[in-house]
Amino acid sequence: MSVSVSELMKTPLNAAHRALNAKMVDFGGWDMPVQYPTGIIAEHEAVRTKAGLFDVSHMGEFRVKGPGALALVEHLTPNAVSKLALGQVHYTAFLYENGTFVDDLLVYREGEQEFLLVVNAGNIDKDFAWVQKHAAAFDCTVVNESPATGQIALQGPLAVGILQPLTKTQLEPIGYYFFTHGEVAGIKCLISRTGYTGEDGFELYCAAADTEKLWNAVLAAGKPAGLVPAGLGCRNTLRLECKMALYGHEIDDSIHALEAGLGWIVKLDKGGFIGREALLAAKAAPAPRKLVGFKTLEKRDIARDHMPVVQAGKQIGFVTSAAPSPTCGFNLGLAYVPTELAKVGGRIQIEIRGRAVDAEIIPTPFYKRQK
Amino acid sequence: MFPADLKYTKDHEWVKPAGDGTALVGITHYAQDALGDVVFVDLPEAGASFGAGEEFGTVESVKTVSELNMPSAGEVLEVNAALADHPEAVNEDPYGKGWMVKIKLAGALSADLLDAAAYEALVSAESH
Repeated sequence: MSVSVSELMKTPLNAAHRALNAKMVDFGGWDMPVQYPTGIIAEHEAVRTKAGLFDVSHMGEFRVKGPGALALVEHLTPNAVSKLALGQVHYTAFLYENGTFVDDLLVYREGEQEFLLVVNAGNIDKDFAWVQKHAAAFDCTVVNESPATGQIALQGPLAVGILQPLTKTQLEPIGYYFFTHGEVAGIKCLISRTGYTGEDGFELYCAAADTEKLWNAVLAAGKPAGLVPAGLGCRNTLRLECKMALYGHEIDDSIHALEAGLGWIVKLDKGGFIGREALLAAKAAPAPRKLVGFKTLEKRDIARDHMPVVQAGKQIGFVTSAAPSPTCGFNLGLAYVPTELAKVGGRIQIEIRGRAVDAEIIPTPFYKRQK
Repeated sequence: MFPADLKYTKDHEWVKPAGDGTALVGITHYAQDALGDVVFVDLPEAGASFGAGEEFGTVESVKTVSELNMPSAGEVLEVNAALADHPEAVNEDPYGKGWMVKIKLAGALSADLLDAAAYEALVSAESH
């Protein structure tokens, strides 16, 4: 049964997407643009070569503030929060005691004892309940600012040049995974040099009521340079080429942080955090499965999310995400496979509509930008 | 959007009889729009026969895959070889250069086919 459009949640840019003739889809309960009339491939290429503008207002924002804020965020996440400088961002996760994922998120250090946590849209309620439950033991407040906050992402090699004329904030000095506050097109924003596409770019957070004005200003400023509105369709192919995890695919409550290849966000020596004991034990034992990148060998063999990895007629793993790659020009994917098969150059088989097809394990990320 | 000289299936294929017992088959404008950018069309060999409604191939876009079902029983005489290098023709010209197979009809057209008006009514109900 599908939910009718009237029951879906809408971002502040809903009318703007419709005016641009976007194709709208139900994305985790949100009415979101999957593509505009230019199409997923053209939008994908625009982000890789020029720039694309995404509505990511559906993402959730929680503000944690007070004398116990740092201690709470350290307790809730495996990455080393105390190492974050003011104005720095890092990628991390909320983990259960068994090391599997509640969600993945970004942590922004706004002050010594003030953090902005940015979580996935589909997990806002679950995450907020999780944070609140654990916050009770810490001296800080947690506010869900999601409904009051809009967010757009300008991504692509031309992002700095497009955005700079709209702001007095000097953009070039902002390092990758750093942020600042400033005005863009006269609108107060958190300007963050982050993204989910593997390209240079900025994520701009502003008041929900200002989002449409900001969107229109950036879109107009970038149009002469080739900026296009970009939907969730190319957001997925862009992040997949860079092996960036998507909740519900590479990570969820049945996969732990180490097998997901996210050991780099797990700082076991930082002190206690939820999930640490399980991950210490997992690290000491041989990992039964690993996330690998693959490409299918025939053009006609296009693997898709959740298809089985098979061997001699038995399922031995599963595809997490897969698609024809616009940048690489072949059909790629990510899959969990038994560790003994997880070697670059090795062969696996994917079952596509009842047919076992050959795939080769290849290095990841599939795409890396030239800096 | 829905040419009057074609007949349509509820699954969004079209069939265009040439009048000599042969017909072209493809997918509709509505179908190509729903799929988005087409990247591969998997078609049968010439000589293969299919019943009405039987799967004869698949069409893959960046984001999804869809089965192709034969609108009316027949034998494949020819496949559109140009789609191997230019699958985007399905998006750009679904009733012209984006045709998929030419068939020799086995008897009369399937009675389940819709005319343009009935098909348009079907898709307008689906998209609202």
